[in-house]
Amino acid sequence: MKILVVVAVLVVFGVLRLRRASLLAWAGAWWVGLYVLLRFGFTAPIPSSVVTIYMGIVTLAILAYVTSSEERRGDVSGPLVRFMTERRYTPLLGATIVAIPALAAANVYVQMNVPLQPPLFSRTVHPASPSEITVHDAKINLDTAENTFLHLERSNAAEYRQHVENGRRVYYRNCVFCHGDNLSGNGMFVHGLDPIPTNFTDGSIAGLRDSFLLWRISKGGPGLPEEGGPWDTAMPAWEKILKEEEMWEAILFLYDFTGQKPRAREAGEHK
Amino acid sequence: MNLRLKVLLGPVAVIAMFVAVVTMASVLASRASQEPSSTPAAAAAQTPPATAEPAPAAGEAAPKAEAPSAAQSKPYEEVPYRAVPRVGSRVAIWMVAQLHLLFAAFVLAIPIFALIVEAIGYKTGDRRYDRLAHEFTKLLSVSFSLTATFGAALTFMLIILYPKFTNYMMSVFSPTFLPYVLLFFFEAFFLYTYYYGWGKFHPLVHLGLGLGLNVVGTAIMFIANSWLTFMMSPRGVNSTGAVINVWEAVNNFTWMPINVHRMIANVAFGGSVAAAYAAFKFLQAETDEERAHYDWMGYIGNFVAISAFLPLPFAGYWLAKEIYAYSQTLGLTMMGGAFSWLFIIQAVLIGNLFLAANYYLWLGMGRVEGAQGFQKVIKYLLAVIVLCFMVWATPRSIIATVSEIRAMGGSSHPILGFLGVMSAKNTAVNILILTTFMSFLLYRRTGKVATVAWAKKGHAAQLTIFAAAALFVIFLGVYGYFVEATVRIKLSVPQVLSVLFAMVSITAIDVFLFRHATRTGEVRWGKMPVISQYVLIFIAVTFTWLMGLMGYVRSGLRQHWHVYGVIRDRSPDAFTPTLGFATQVVSVTVLLFFVLIGFVFWITSLHDRPDFEERGRVRHGSDDVTPAVSSGSSAHT
Repeated sequence: MKILVVVAVLVVFGVLRLRRASLLAWAGAWWVGLYVLLRFGFTAPIPSSVVTIYMGIVTLAILAYVTSSEERRGDVSGPLVRFMTERRYTPLLGATIVAIPALAAANVYVQMNVPLQPPLFSRTVHPASPSEITVHDAKINLDTAENTFLHLERSNAAEYRQHVENGRRVYYRNCVFCHGDNLSGNGMFVHGLDPIPTNFTDGSIAGLRDSFLLWRISKGGPGLPEEGGPWDTAMPAWEKILKEEEMWEAILFLYDFTGQKPRAREAGEHK
Repeated sequence: MNLRLKVLLGPVAVIAMFVAVVTMASVLASRASQEPSSTPAAAAAQTPPATAEPAPAAGEAAPKAEAPSAAQSKPYEEVPYRAVPRVGSRVAIWMVAQLHLLFAAFVLAIPIFALIVEAIGYKTGDRRYDRLAHEFTKLLSVSFSLTATFGAALTFMLIILYPKFTNYMMSVFSPTFLPYVLLFFFEAFFLYTYYYGWGKFHPLVHLGLGLGLNVVGTAIMFIANSWLTFMMSPRGVNSTGAVINVWEAVNNFTWMPINVHRMIANVAFGGSVAAAYAAFKFLQAETDEERAHYDWMGYIGNFVAISAFLPLPFAGYWLAKEIYAYSQTLGLTMMGGAFSWLFIIQAVLIGNLFLAANYYLWLGMGRVEGAQGFQKVIKYLLAVIVLCFMVWATPRSIIATVSEIRAMGGSSHPILGFLGVMSAKNTAVNILILTTFMSFLLYRRTGKVATVAWAKKGHAAQLTIFAAAALFVIFLGVYGYFVEATVRIKLSVPQVLSVLFAMVSITAIDVFLFRHATRTGEVRWGKMPVISQYVLIFIAVTFTWLMGLMGYVRSGLRQHWHVYGVIRDRSPDAFTPTLGFATQVVSVTVLLFFVLIGFVFWITSLHDRPDFEERGRVRHGSDDVTPAVSSGSSAHT
């Protein structure tokens, strides 16, 4: 969080509290305050699509609150009615009437002058895999396949570690340039890539079976279904370079390094 | 409109309808396509051998008289697909199926609703409940006919538009069809006896008829559910589609979760439509007495809807879990792939439902004297609802510009990324449910003061249970981030159980706590702001829209399969329609449903209107006209 922004919002709320602001002023302050927090209060900015969802919820909630009792409805509508009917507010009312369309026009002007940008990034993080793929002429059912070496974790720890070590080598020879030293998707080529490479340390691989990773590694960007687009650059189809065993070993390493486990098949699962 | 015009319009309408039917039939017949199909060998139609005089295929035009030889020499060949002009076969089937389902849900929900309300009336001796149940039952007969009509339309359209697929489904499920029809017969028997027998039997006998109606209706739904769930998670057939075990085909992996999910959803849906009916009548009411009656009716309908709505996310979660367990591909398509944004729409709609339900209760406090004390709590409840709503609506697959993605350091936000996963969503929905329950509890005790000696301890115990349940839910939610998926999935069970435990135990304490409570103010039924009635209508429309949208997900998950992994869809519609297109189709269907349900309400209200002759007498101001022939009058109600 950006502390300065948070403090600024809290100070405004404190002033309103001291001045015993009306409900209408509070409603406006909450709306603006939350917008400022969501838009500018986070170190890693929240995308505008999510801010729009959040502000929609906030708007509905504030409307629900101010109209949820007769007393509150009176508190909110009273100042508005006075503003629109009392003579002393006439100049301000006139200014408001002019300001609203002017602001709308200004907004349109600003929107129209935004420099050209690539389209919104609407890729899905985990597009669905097919139920079956062919790797090196062997058919692999992704619903049932499991890492060839995973069972060694319990039955033969030394051999298991050897495969993890092989996976580490595969990773640092092939993947490190994009996915980075610490697997956070921040390799040296990252600035030239769109989309940027996957960050393995954010925990999302724990929600996926290792067969899913095999699909993504073996088929790369060209193997993505439509919803996985758009992309300008993408991971190559590693099946053209690596053996199936090497890909399984790299997957072992990914889980081992990040301290995650692949999504296990549930007991009594259907297939 | 004068009488002559009415008389003229009748035949014109009949001719127009006749022309429309003939045109539709001829267009369909001319649009048969002969595309290849991968229908499995066992399922492929048993094509009769070409004979000297083959029968024309269903839906095909009769052979023309001028070319008998060409027609006679043409062998019988089954058509895989036929197209509907303009909208296409898929949209046509989609809309009819959805209308059928919405009416079916209504017809199944109203008897459950009526039975519960009637039983309360019998138990408490309060005649208002009995009248309420009867009022809703009046909606049944017309709705039942419409359900059956749409069901028949759906069947015929399936046969005409998707003959090979329908043929396959018939070959798998043929043993279920006759029981299905028999159950329909029983349903008609129970329904009409229940409706026309109101007040004619001993109350227990009548309640028994209502129970029979519900059991039969539920059985019908179970059978129909087996057909549609088989399409999603087929079982009991081999890889080529040949039937191995019919019971397994019925009892496929998603059958029971859908049965449970639909049963609960039907009650919620029925309650909400009943509440919307009451809201509509409230807005039309001209007297305080009418307003009071319909305000109460809307409250009861909404109460039933929201009570059923609370456990619905859990049933949905079970269904989603089974889908994922059946196939990773289906699971990812649903939650992480093409449909993931649809679940954000779902979250927004459900969040709105929670907000609207709470809002209605808060508005309802206004009809009870002495509610000021509780009004102060609303802001805290609202804050919790907003937070949970935000968590629930946080997308996993965030739509962002390239620059936003770079600023976030990846497609997942470093903070919001944690809110886009199941641990956060489960926690949010459980807390939402607890908060809504708290709103209801506050509403319930508005205008009352507990007088029992242990009142203070009772309040403390309730608060402790509530806080403990909330903390436990949050703890498990956080813990879920540190364990693997199989454990995380299982954590949802204690989360749900703790919420259920809190709801049951707090209610139990509340019942004893407020026994012989002092009333500080009366409930002034009818003293509700008009906006509350629009909230009831909003809830009903949102429920309906949600049902349509989630039906699209369930069906769309199969993507290019009629029966997932068994029969491939090779029609021109073998692609997943976009979310925008789907919402348009669903919206139009929902609109049609409400137009039709408005028609049902109107037909039902005719019963309460004076007879034609009576109206004539009133209009002409005389009493010496021909006596009334019909006997339907408001006296019966």
